[in-house]
Amino acid sequence: MVSPTLSHNPYMRFIEPHAHMVSRVTDDYRDMAAAGCAAICEPAFWAGFDRSSAQGFHDYFAQITEYEPRRAAKFGLAHFCWLCINPKESENVELAQEVLAIIPQFLDRPTVLGLGEIGLNKNSRNELKVLEMHIDLAAKHNLLILAHTPHLEDKRKGTQLTIDALKNNPGINPTRVIIDHVEEHTVGMVLDAGFWAGMTLYPGTKCTSSRAVDMIEKYGSERLWMNSACDWGDSVPLAIPYTALEMRKRGHSAAQIDRMIYQNPKDFLSQCPKFNLPQP
Amino acid sequence: MTKQEILDLYFLDARHKLVEIAAFLDRVERAKGSADFRLEAFRIALGELTGTEVGLANKVLVVFSDPTSEPIPVATTKSACGAWHGVTNPLP
Repeated sequence: MVSPTLSHNPYMRFIEPHAHMVSRVTDDYRDMAAAGCAAICEPAFWAGFDRSSAQGFHDYFAQITEYEPRRAAKFGLAHFCWLCINPKESENVELAQEVLAIIPQFLDRPTVLGLGEIGLNKNSRNELKVLEMHIDLAAKHNLLILAHTPHLEDKRKGTQLTIDALKNNPGINPTRVIIDHVEEHTVGMVLDAGFWAGMTLYPGTKCTSSRAVDMIEKYGSERLWMNSACDWGDSVPLAIPYTALEMRKRGHSAAQIDRMIYQNPKDFLSQCPKFNLPQP
Repeated sequence: MTKQEILDLYFLDARHKLVEIAAFLDRVERAKGSADFRLEAFRIALGELTGTEVGLANKVLVVFSDPTSEPIPVATTKSACGAWHGVTNPLP
């Protein structure tokens, strides 16, 4: 017997605002499209190894601005991206400066939304310096920002350092910044500071579906989104529709679910005029 | 949702995870050698679960977190281990 709280939602649609599709197989695009995905946004990230030069980043930026949109389009999916040097490679400030120097030549490309996922990894001085360089570049070009926050024991401190760095730049409007990977101990500080907050749905670290729904019930749906951040690690490309199912189990309405998994990311991302969804 | 509905939806899953934690602690105790700060942090976090007030997930996450506020001089690794190394000698 179907639970009385588990109402059927035949028209589910969602936006995946954070997915590293360069490390996923084509079947993932197919599954996401079949599940109701309308668009995928791909932040620049660590490849699992340190790139040896800025030229490696140039090629990567070409991949996520040229090749991945074509791969997604085969399944009717819009594909957008964010550019940066990932915090895991930010200890090398000289390399970071070289990468930041080539980013502007990609900013006018039609699917580039802004800078991301910038931020901190181990909360080091050099990482913070490179984060501030990214923030300056975003302010200079009036770009949206997607900020990564550190993992596990480093998250709480790194989230506060990130908030402080963003607040210290007068050119940054918090409503144009999403601070990602929040958990119970950081979501409040991000929302209270006026930023958007992203919940990343991972099977082991970060946030489970049930905990994400807990945070929605506690903090409401304003300035909050969720993402799978699927990459080459233990992650789930369909984590958003799975969490939508969790919301249905908990009695959330179809409209509340649509707000969280479609309207909210659309509202934030539409602050970039290039974020246009294909007509259904 | 009511407490009864929450229990219906999540009790077995939570019970399963609790038994897994118990078995993990048994496994550590059976093993040779000495543990490190991660186990100490884990036991402190477990102690946070005895309360009935709301906010336990936050408390557990804070136990595992670096409480300092200044950037570290240099990143010597890329990975996190899940617990702050200073947990056995926390800051005042």
